[in-house]
Amino acid sequence: MGLFKKRTGVLPGFGLSLGFTMTYISILVILPLSMIFINSATAPWEKIWQTISEPRVLASYKLSVGASLMAAAINVIFGVLIAWVLVRYRFPGKRIIDGLVDLPFALPTAIAGIALTTLYTENGWVGQFLSFKVAFTSLGITVALMFIGLPFVVRTVQPVLQNVDKEVEEASASLGANRLQTFIKVVFPELMPAALTGFALAFARSLGEYGSVVFIAGNMPMKTEITPLLIMTKLEQYDYAGATAIAAVMLVFSFFMLLVINLLQWWTNRKFI
Amino acid sequence: MSGHVPLPYSSPQIQKSSKEAEPRWVRYLLITLAVGFLGLFLVLPLLAIFIKAFEKGSTVFFEAISSPDAIAAIKLTLIVAVIAVPLNAIFGIAAAWAITKFNFKGKSLLITIIDLPFAISPVIAGLVFVLLFSSHGLFGPWLQAHDIKIIFAVPGIVIATLLITLPFVARELIPLMQTQGTADEEASMTLGASGWKTFWLVTLPNMKWGLLYGVILCTARTIGEFGAVSVVSGHIRGMTNTMPLHIEILYNEYQFSAAFAVASLMSLFAIITLIVKNIIEWKANKSMAPVEGEA
Repeated sequence: MGLFKKRTGVLPGFGLSLGFTMTYISILVILPLSMIFINSATAPWEKIWQTISEPRVLASYKLSVGASLMAAAINVIFGVLIAWVLVRYRFPGKRIIDGLVDLPFALPTAIAGIALTTLYTENGWVGQFLSFKVAFTSLGITVALMFIGLPFVVRTVQPVLQNVDKEVEEASASLGANRLQTFIKVVFPELMPAALTGFALAFARSLGEYGSVVFIAGNMPMKTEITPLLIMTKLEQYDYAGATAIAAVMLVFSFFMLLVINLLQWWTNRKFI
Repeated sequence: MSGHVPLPYSSPQIQKSSKEAEPRWVRYLLITLAVGFLGLFLVLPLLAIFIKAFEKGSTVFFEAISSPDAIAAIKLTLIVAVIAVPLNAIFGIAAAWAITKFNFKGKSLLITIIDLPFAISPVIAGLVFVLLFSSHGLFGPWLQAHDIKIIFAVPGIVIATLLITLPFVARELIPLMQTQGTADEEASMTLGASGWKTFWLVTLPNMKWGLLYGVILCTARTIGEFGAVSVVSGHIRGMTNTMPLHIEILYNEYQFSAAFAVASLMSLFAIITLIVKNIIEWKANKSMAPVEGEA
């Protein structure tokens, strides 16, 4: 590939390491993912359009995007709060709580799914105290996605908050601003890029999430069927063309989100260098 | 990205005026809200797993984790991890070496491609290999002619897991090695060491904490992967069921205690992962300090 031309370098191993890297990602990432677009491009366009604009599929996009947005929004509020508390305050058990934030990264998603379902069914530990249904509704999907997305927000905001210059806050205070004014006008603008990055990361992850959602969702067509599940259903019916068409829609959206996240991260880093 | 997060050691609290610090009741309220939220959404589900696992007594628990199907699932999960984690670790080292030690065009494009598996749905990661290797797939007829089975068999599970966990080690090593630069390696080469010797004696010790950290995250995800594996496994009991798939089957058969018993084993591993991760972060912070001072 002429694109990856070496320019400088005293150290050895450039050809070997880059050659191995390129071969590896070509086999595991580029070739497999391009199958989605190759298969979609060779299928008749009307048929693809029919598949991806079916009411049941449209309902799944709406649900996946809606529940993911809702979960990411709640996570931004509580994620910033948790990051704030962990960075600024001292309290017993703080180290343990800080370590626990990463639990959703470490716990298999299917296990999170069955645990949350058990808690939020009508006679579950949490569900019995609620006057509305959570499990097997879109609310349950949101709860599962909140679980999955929380560490993304906390772990993006936390380091930025640590680097916020306290002198600026002191200056704001000495100029007569109260604590709330200082937070809204001085601290929050500093945190904005990181909070948005966390939001985008959580949102992107939530859109494709499968394991934690399928158990709590109930999986009713038109009501609680997320897009990844729809792909799974089509596959089980050996409708490979249909599954591929929907996957292509999701992939395009994922690429778009990746672009947004890269731009946001560039914005975050620019502010702190 | 979200990998290297320094531990939040708070600076010594100095007595502040009310304008610079929140009133005590606000502080307590915020701490209560944060801890309450984490308790409700993280701690409670974790507790539920262990309590439900032992709800029907320890006999049911031990029967569930020692049944032949469970043992087969544990074995398969370990086999997948033993193949996938080292491969992705070698890939991570090679990719980080190429990206951080040399300048070339298309570097940021390469990093974006390495990040891609983080952005795609696990279901799609499974689907793409069905499109390649199933009997209707691109290589299907050839594989059938040579009697090789990939989809609905162990190789498919390994390949789909490889795709999902591909970025973990590379993503830890790239930022770490970027801050370390190339000076150490160049010094070693100037002093006459060979390339491999330089790698083993200089680069590897420098990146050991980052590598270990990446390997731990990669292992956790490999073992717990559900969506991608679910697509390619075919759910053959005792043959192509990994631990998460075994849990799903038990749960869907209303064998809740058995499902949670196996789930509690995996949760225990997740907790150990978190503890090891925190120890590594602590160690890395300690050993990284002088390096950062030099830069």
